[in-house]
Amino acid sequence: MSKEKENIFKRPGVQSFISSLVCIILGLLIAFIVLLIINPAGAFGSIMNVIKNFFWFKNPASRLKYFGETLAKTVPLLMCALAVLFSYKVGLFNIGTPGQYCAGICAALYASLTWHWGWFPCLLFAMVAGALLASIVGVLKAYLNVNEVISGIMLNWICLYFTNATLTPVKNPTGKDTLTIASVNKGGIIPSLGLDKIFNDKYVTIAIPVAILVAVAIWIILEKTKFGYELRATGLNKNAAKYCGMMEKRNIIVTLVISGALAGMGAGCYYLTDFEQWAVTSSTVPAMGFNGIAATFLGGLNPIGTIFSSYFITHITAGGAFVDLTKYSSQITDLISALIIYLCGFVLFLKSFMNSIIRKRELKKSGQYENFKQDGRKN
Amino acid sequence: MLLLIQYTLIFASVLTLVALGGCYSEHSGVINLGLEGIMVMGALGGALAMRYLPIGIPAFFYILLVIFFAVLVGVAYSALLAVAAINFKADQTIVGTALNMLGTAAATVIVKAINTATNPNDVSSIIQYIEPKKKFILKLGSFEFNWFMLITIIILACAWFVLYKTKFGLRLMACGEHPQAADSVGINVLKMRWAGVMISGALGGLGGICYILAGVSEWRFEYGVAGFGFLALAVMIFGQWKPTKIALAALMFGFFRALSNTYFGFGFLTNLGLPSTFYNMLPYIISIIVLALTSKNSKAPKAEGIPYDKGQR
Repeated sequence: MSKEKENIFKRPGVQSFISSLVCIILGLLIAFIVLLIINPAGAFGSIMNVIKNFFWFKNPASRLKYFGETLAKTVPLLMCALAVLFSYKVGLFNIGTPGQYCAGICAALYASLTWHWGWFPCLLFAMVAGALLASIVGVLKAYLNVNEVISGIMLNWICLYFTNATLTPVKNPTGKDTLTIASVNKGGIIPSLGLDKIFNDKYVTIAIPVAILVAVAIWIILEKTKFGYELRATGLNKNAAKYCGMMEKRNIIVTLVISGALAGMGAGCYYLTDFEQWAVTSSTVPAMGFNGIAATFLGGLNPIGTIFSSYFITHITAGGAFVDLTKYSSQITDLISALIIYLCGFVLFLKSFMNSIIRKRELKKSGQYENFKQDGRKN
Repeated sequence: MLLLIQYTLIFASVLTLVALGGCYSEHSGVINLGLEGIMVMGALGGALAMRYLPIGIPAFFYILLVIFFAVLVGVAYSALLAVAAINFKADQTIVGTALNMLGTAAATVIVKAINTATNPNDVSSIIQYIEPKKKFILKLGSFEFNWFMLITIIILACAWFVLYKTKFGLRLMACGEHPQAADSVGINVLKMRWAGVMISGALGGLGGICYILAGVSEWRFEYGVAGFGFLALAVMIFGQWKPTKIALAALMFGFFRALSNTYFGFGFLTNLGLPSTFYNMLPYIISIIVLALTSKNSKAPKAEGIPYDKGQR
């Protein structure tokens, strides 16, 4: 019987799940300690509010409404996380995701507000914009060996300034935000097909099921197709892939183009619901892309796991609004997601630690532990 | 014109300091992508010191103390990278990115907590240092000489000397080129890498306080340091991991960065009619072009980014 149990812990999926859980718990714990240091009086209540998020409301209807809004906010994060994940599987760290997301916002809003395009062409345009920006990183990496992290960061800043300048003509004359799509271009909003009625919230649209389908599609592409296999092979060993006749340069560029398109699509899926407007005085790229990195690693680098981790991160980020703002700042949730990424760096160590415990136990049971220890000493 | 030179020199100082930090870390074999976060934390340490130190202290000691706290916080923060990347063999890219996010988030939370504690209505993340800033500046006519310019030159000379002329520097570089070989002749690779990361933490922290003192007299910590840590990495790559070339590269990048602050003072530049956005983008565009031209024949330390594993050949 107990052997059965050990086998469960040996499965990579279970190990990833445990590792992610450890990261979350430690992250929350450290955040709790930080709150305690700042002001011990309301720390426990505040951290509980972060975890509760919309359960904070007593009324079931409000709960449902804010659950819907949390889902709507999960969509862009999930898409960004998939963008990071897709490139990471091919051995590329696409930290340009925030910039590509920003490019998507720029394209979607500009097309919708000035040209009055329908929502679908706007969404496609956002994907193209993200893909184009990412392709620059890909070409630089494939042909000129430019570190994709640094070129990605540089393009983030370039794209931020570009977006601010491009969207300034369509901003609300009285404020710093862009106009709402509803006020200019009614057909530019992503349809809900009745989902808004269920949640009683107009921001709940078909973007939510679409994003989940995309996550499943990404999983199928990476794990079940020849194309995905080639990409992963390139990521594992570029030279071996080249030796096997795969076009490693093309693979790098294609990967980043897909990754950028995903980020751009995330931007379209969010900004075309009119949930949020772009502030043309923004001085940093949207945090969405960076949180996508957290969601990717927390999801154990698995597209399906990413759905849940994205939801979790959105959940606690939204919950940040419910901390006692007279004592603490809502950035405490940024702190939690940053901590989670940092802790995810230790996942590899955690997994090998788990494996070594399992191995020791198995050897002990079969009576070979003494031999194993001696072998270890010899080495 | 004088203003342009002044800004060029101060930004070049920041970039030189931080890029030298990156250079030490990478020569020891650890890629330090967390420089941006380290700069924010260093800036926080220095800014808090300026807030709480009595203003009556003589300028020389005042500057030393502020620098001491910036460096201290920078070193302590870089230990987070060292322990993960060196002892636990974590992915250096992930940990570096985490440090960048953590730096801004933690600094914002801390500053807001302090501000709210002193005045319940104050929920901003701003620290002001109008009076302390004057201590760092020497007015020569209309040119504001910042003591950090001198400090940078001294550190640059030291960095060059230590890296190429001392036993420590040469051993450090060996750990980044071929750690197994270094280990075989009795060099403690892990210790050397710790030293490399700590030095980068110290220089990153120093660069951070220098950056927030460059132009304004208050700092909003939500903004971080606007990608300067990454610009410094671009400077380091362009400088081919060599201190002297890094300084020259920093001057060039500093010039383009300074241009975005001062271009409106030049008649022929404003006559071109380019939007101000263009000048904001300029340093980043230049860095991409420069990287594209120089990355092909990279002189990067061979073993950088790879955790040291004794069992590996």
